[in-house]
Amino acid sequence: MIKIENITKSFGDKLVLSEVSGVFEKGKPNLIIGASGTGKSVLLKCIVGLIKPDRGQTFYDGRDFYDSDRTTKTEIRREMGMLFQGGALFDSKTVEQNVRFPLDVLTQMSRSEKADRVNFCLKRVGLENVNSKMPSEISGGMKKRVGIARAIVNNPNYLFCDEPNSGLDPQTSILIDELIQDISEDLDITTIVVTHDMNSVMGIGERIMFIYKGKNVWVGTNKDITHSGVKELDDFVFANKVMNSLRNK
Amino acid sequence: MFLGSLFTNRETFKTYYKLILDECISIGLGSLFLVALVSTFMGAVTTVQTAYNMVSDFIPDYVISQVVREMIVLELAPTIIAVIYAGKVGSSMAGGLGTMRITEQIDALEVMGINSISYLVLPKIIASIMMYPLLVIIAGVCGMLGGYLAGTLTGIITPTDYVYGLRSSYNEFTVIFALIKSVVFAFLVASISSYKGYYTQGGALEVGVSTTQAVTTSVIAVLIADYLLAQLLLAK
Repeated sequence: MIKIENITKSFGDKLVLSEVSGVFEKGKPNLIIGASGTGKSVLLKCIVGLIKPDRGQTFYDGRDFYDSDRTTKTEIRREMGMLFQGGALFDSKTVEQNVRFPLDVLTQMSRSEKADRVNFCLKRVGLENVNSKMPSEISGGMKKRVGIARAIVNNPNYLFCDEPNSGLDPQTSILIDELIQDISEDLDITTIVVTHDMNSVMGIGERIMFIYKGKNVWVGTNKDITHSGVKELDDFVFANKVMNSLRNK
Repeated sequence: MFLGSLFTNRETFKTYYKLILDECISIGLGSLFLVALVSTFMGAVTTVQTAYNMVSDFIPDYVISQVVREMIVLELAPTIIAVIYAGKVGSSMAGGLGTMRITEQIDALEVMGINSISYLVLPKIIASIMMYPLLVIIAGVCGMLGGYLAGTLTGIITPTDYVYGLRSSYNEFTVIFALIKSVVFAFLVASISSYKGYYTQGGALEVGVSTTQAVTTSVIAVLIADYLLAQLLLAK
């Protein structure tokens, strides 16, 4: 479980996040949603420690991340896996080397154990026979899947996904969403997904936090989202023509 | 702070061993052709121009190769090659790290709990310090060989005079001085270029800006260090 308390972050005079608090449970994807520029990705980067917030705290299963020493921070980070918006695969390494990378650097596993684990993870994300390909030789959807394989290869307790569907076609988006949901349930890990894709929200949004202008405005599920009574959320949800037509029916 | 981060929270020696080896190959072998080519022509041109300026018949011919030796060992091999090194290796380091930064590859390392500065920059600095002095030695040899070819093939100087000039009044401290300079220059180019690349912000345009800044700043730092070292180690 990840708990955040009063996360506040400004860049210069611009207040990006204001007193954002919440709890992200394990076993299901936790979605952070909101329009572009509302601070979702900044919040995610504050949670994983890539950006230090001006105020606030993050607790990983009770362990305070920001106030802990370097060793504890490193230990917590080694329990994390993250899928970045663009995949963030290492250009100079093959798909296999990318997925194997955390094992090479962070574990003492033997060569065959690593190979088995890499092949298992690639199979888990539906990729086979791509081990020797370079990131530049595979599609955007495949890059995301390789990114997920790399994120889960070291058995993380926490999985973070920054806009996993951006730039993907609807069918591939659904596959990625289902993959994230399955992995969260199977591995029983805490997963946080930042997205503005309503298909994802309706598909896997069993726990949703809606961010508006840097504030946590609403928390609920995809079942409640269409009748939240929050104007800002309604504007976001029904901006989608399909959702709007469903509302009018 | 940047340099301090190189040594905190490091990975195992085994991890760095392979990275350093890869960087050595990239820096050393990758620069070998350019360094050899430039230094050979520098030596050739230095020989021709020195001979052109020797207007007195009272100065023996072997002085030409003495001058070539001193110029190459003291200045051309370590310093001018450092400028070329900054352009080739420094820009590559800054561009590579800058691209890794804007494509979130550095963030990916950090999230894995890896000290990205130490993992990415330390091998580059160590490899640079190991390989650049070797490149300078090769540049020195190629420079003198270039001078020999230019001098003897055009009849400026006989082979015997050229070799005699190289060997006469030889002061081994000039070579030590050149190697000291090469270590300092290697460190400056690698650390400045890595710093500029690592802290790139923005997109592809900013990677280009970082690369240009890396080369410019490295060259200025090399020239300042060149003067300071000369003042410190050679001034009487």
